Amino acid sequence: MSAVFDVERVRKDFPVLSRELSGGRPLVYLDSGNSSQKPTQVIETMRDHFAMHYSNVGRAHHALGTESTDAYEAARDKVAAFVGAPSRDEIIFTKNASEALNLVAYSFGNRTNDDPRFTLGPGDEIVISEMEHHSNIVPWQMLVQRTGATLKWFGVTDEGRLDLADGVITERTKIVSVAHQSNVLGTVNPVAEVARRAHEVGALVLLDASQSVPHHPVDLAALGADLVAFTGHKMLGPSGIGVLWGRTELLEAMPPFLGGGEMIEAVWMDRSTYAPVPHKFEAGTPPIVEAIGLGAAVDYLNGVGMQAIEEHERALTAYALEALGEVPTLRIIGPKGLDGRGGTLSFTMEGIHPHDVGQILDDQFGVAVRVGHHCARPLHLRFGIPATTRASFYLYNTTGEIDALVKGLHHVQKVFA
Amino acid sequence: MIAESMYQELILEHYKHPQGRGLREPYDAEVHHVNPTCGDEITLRVKLGDGGKIEDVSYDGQGCSISQAAASVLHELATGSTVEESLSVVDEFTRLMQGRGQVEADEDVLGDAVAFAGVAKFPARVKCALLSWMAYKDAVVRSA
Repeated sequence: MSAVFDVERVRKDFPVLSRELSGGRPLVYLDSGNSSQKPTQVIETMRDHFAMHYSNVGRAHHALGTESTDAYEAARDKVAAFVGAPSRDEIIFTKNASEALNLVAYSFGNRTNDDPRFTLGPGDEIVISEMEHHSNIVPWQMLVQRTGATLKWFGVTDEGRLDLADGVITERTKIVSVAHQSNVLGTVNPVAEVARRAHEVGALVLLDASQSVPHHPVDLAALGADLVAFTGHKMLGPSGIGVLWGRTELLEAMPPFLGGGEMIEAVWMDRSTYAPVPHKFEAGTPPIVEAIGLGAAVDYLNGVGMQAIEEHERALTAYALEALGEVPTLRIIGPKGLDGRGGTLSFTMEGIHPHDVGQILDDQFGVAVRVGHHCARPLHLRFGIPATTRASFYLYNTTGEIDALVKGLHHVQKVFA
Repeated sequence: MIAESMYQELILEHYKHPQGRGLREPYDAEVHHVNPTCGDEITLRVKLGDGGKIEDVSYDGQGCSISQAAASVLHELATGSTVEESLSVVDEFTRLMQGRGQVEADEDVLGDAVAFAGVAKFPARVKCALLSWMAYKDAVVRSA
């Protein structure tokens, strides 16, 4: 168990949080849903590996090769333990969550694979939701274009909840792929219920956990999904490293995605056999130091404690929901209460475009938020709005920073009054 | 603060009270342009009159204050001028916007559009200012 959570102590671990922007503005970073900042422990681990231990992994049989391989594989152990994977070999390193989701999409309708769970053609159905990030929409659109299968989706209610209407999942459904937590609404979806319905008809369940794994204690074995994708850069690690988890038996049944070095067992001029998982899915030199950096991020998160991080973010979210509720004309898009939501708050302000909101917050108050459709355009179309302003919190944010946001929003209203 | 120089009073006025907004008939060409990075969009119509004059520029769209005000200013500048004159204003405006804040604006040519000079310092917002002006250029070409 971790010691008592102290946000000021946490902040000291993140060098960027003490910098000033031009004009003497302090940095108020409320864009962690986009990408998180990095603690010294991650930066130093990566620097040390580059400086003193670096070489290729797997295929280099010398001292540095052993050190690099050990560190890379230790990162896999750490990530596996962090998310409760039953086996370390079920953790596949990808370059990001998008690649992990694409890897799964490309497993379907591949003519070299006759496992019935992964065959796909006209009449077969894929189910996603209206609140997905483009990375959990576009790969499926591309898949149905390749195979003639049908893409279906759950709608979203006015409150920003998944609308689990009957008839979306049918006997024809092969896979259901949804977000664990919406990157716009903050909504945490009922994974167990989705998985129950999918498994009833023999469909697989893929979870985009990019917005949940960084912020909540996650136990993959208990979630009920068959496959889970997430990314390193949103959980204090570097960019360039993502993760796909899947049950061993399932990963073994899936065809390889990219071909290349280290994913093979033996190669002849006309054919190859493939390495066991996870290496079957890790063609080419992987993002070695990035994986090691992610391992360091996991160590850091464990040191602080995921339970403590979740509670801190919950307190920030409660504070922000109340503070933002008092800004005139501000409308939260997503759940207005604390239940079943994470620390991501998107909103509109009457008559003021989010780009103007973001520009003034940044330029005059040093408040970094994200503006636009946040790679979830269909969700914005659903709410009839072109864009939102999004504040997203992490372990290093404070109520004082939310005060700065609110102060900035009042000024924005003055400019456009 | 630099954003203050971007949100000129004139820009805010045009945003709050857009001139010539709304799609009108008849027209010779209609175009639809979007800015995929931010989702701003505009539908713009051009009606040509006698003697190479622009009889009307009508438009509708959605977007930030910069993109909406730019469309409003464009309407004022282009309507009633000749195709040739208006295109030279478009060229000068484009030069100003793409000048990274280093270009001296020609106020004689640009008129009210000179208020957008501050936008050029924000590369992410230049496309907002240019959206309607590029749409106009496109529509004029198509109407010829």
